Amino acid sequence: MNINMTLVLQMVVFGLFWWFSKKYVWVPIMQALDERKKGIADSLSAAERAKTDQEDAQKNADKFITEAKDQAADIVAKAEKRGSTVVEEAKYSAKAEGSRIVTAAQAEVDQQVNRAREALRGEVAALAAAGASKILGKEIDAKSHAKLIDELVSEIKVG
Amino acid sequence: MATETQTASEYIKHHLTNLTYGQHSDGSWGLAHSAEEAAEMGFYAVHVDTMFFSIILGLGFLWLFGWVAKNMVTGVPGKMQNAIESVVEFIDDNVSESFSGNNPLIAPLALTVFVWILLMNTMDLVPIDLLPWLASCMGVHYLKVVPTTDPNATFGLALGVFFLMLYYSIKNKGIMGFIGELTLHPFEGKSFVSKVILVIPNLCLETLSLISKPLSHSLRLFGNMYAGEVIFILIALLYANTMSDLASLSGVAWSLVGAVVQMVWAIFHILIITLQAFIFMVLTVVYMDMAHSSDH
Repeated sequence: MNINMTLVLQMVVFGLFWWFSKKYVWVPIMQALDERKKGIADSLSAAERAKTDQEDAQKNADKFITEAKDQAADIVAKAEKRGSTVVEEAKYSAKAEGSRIVTAAQAEVDQQVNRAREALRGEVAALAAAGASKILGKEIDAKSHAKLIDELVSEIKVG
Repeated sequence: MATETQTASEYIKHHLTNLTYGQHSDGSWGLAHSAEEAAEMGFYAVHVDTMFFSIILGLGFLWLFGWVAKNMVTGVPGKMQNAIESVVEFIDDNVSESFSGNNPLIAPLALTVFVWILLMNTMDLVPIDLLPWLASCMGVHYLKVVPTTDPNATFGLALGVFFLMLYYSIKNKGIMGFIGELTLHPFEGKSFVSKVILVIPNLCLETLSLISKPLSHSLRLFGNMYAGEVIFILIALLYANTMSDLASLSGVAWSLVGAVVQMVWAIFHILIITLQAFIFMVLTVVYMDMAHSSDH
């Protein structure tokens, strides 16, 4: 328990250890810790940024999807409209065609009837003339009696 | 070391004597062969054991921490780096809590003080007779393994801190500021005359408080460690005296009691060695803070 030079030497050793721990222990460890702290902060902000980016991208994607959906619905609606128009047109033209065909057929029938009527009339005239000549015993000049025959024929026609 | 040739008081005294190197009364230099011889050597003597263990432990601390610091990874740290980092961050937290000044040297000072004293205190947990016995086998007859039970070591540290405190006080406040701190407080005079009158009591009080700082700083550590060491020695005596009597039942019983008591005391002592290292470190930081802050 004597106080002696040990005290002074301890103080010197203490000073040396202090200097060494400052230079080779404290500074590098603190530097590394600060670097790590910075790295963590950087990664956190990067993650934050990535999150915002992702959210933006999601928003964009949602917008695109909505737009695409709208467009698709639009297209479908247009197509439906167009389809019904086409059907209507087809119906209309079919109807027109039908009526035209009917009209044409009607005309044909009328024509045929007329033609048949004419033919019949001619035949009736001839028959009448023949009949009359037989009754009269003489030949009737078709030309000179045309007027009469025609009158007859028209009576037949009327009848 | 308690052999039949030693009495209990000789055993205790032997354990409390440092291995001292110095000048003998006949003028030759060498190791002291007794406590009386060591005392006669006066101031120009060195406690070889104190120096040896404190330097070895300090180098161990610096080597370990320096090695980790050199191989520091900023990414995911390994186990050793984690442990060292937690010590460093513990010190850093404490320093930033108690130290308001701006001096990058204070935190490493606190680290050095804490870890070094903790290691020196931990030598107390080495079985009390083991290292002295090994040394005596090698022909060294005195060995005190706990440097902090040597007042030279604790006063060396505390005076180192004290001189740093004086240095930083004068550096930060100027010589006049430092003198003012010693003479104008705690009694503050209103006029010039009352200030002059109060210089003497102020100086007495402040000088007392100034000197008490390194004194209490070092004696607190020394006293705790010395007392713990003495209790270890006494517990060792409890069964050392019965060692020669191992054949008898009471000898065996006393040995067992001694072993249990020593273990209990060692476990309790873990708290003391850590606490004392921590207190010494905190006081160092507080004194440094006082030297850096001007508000008194």
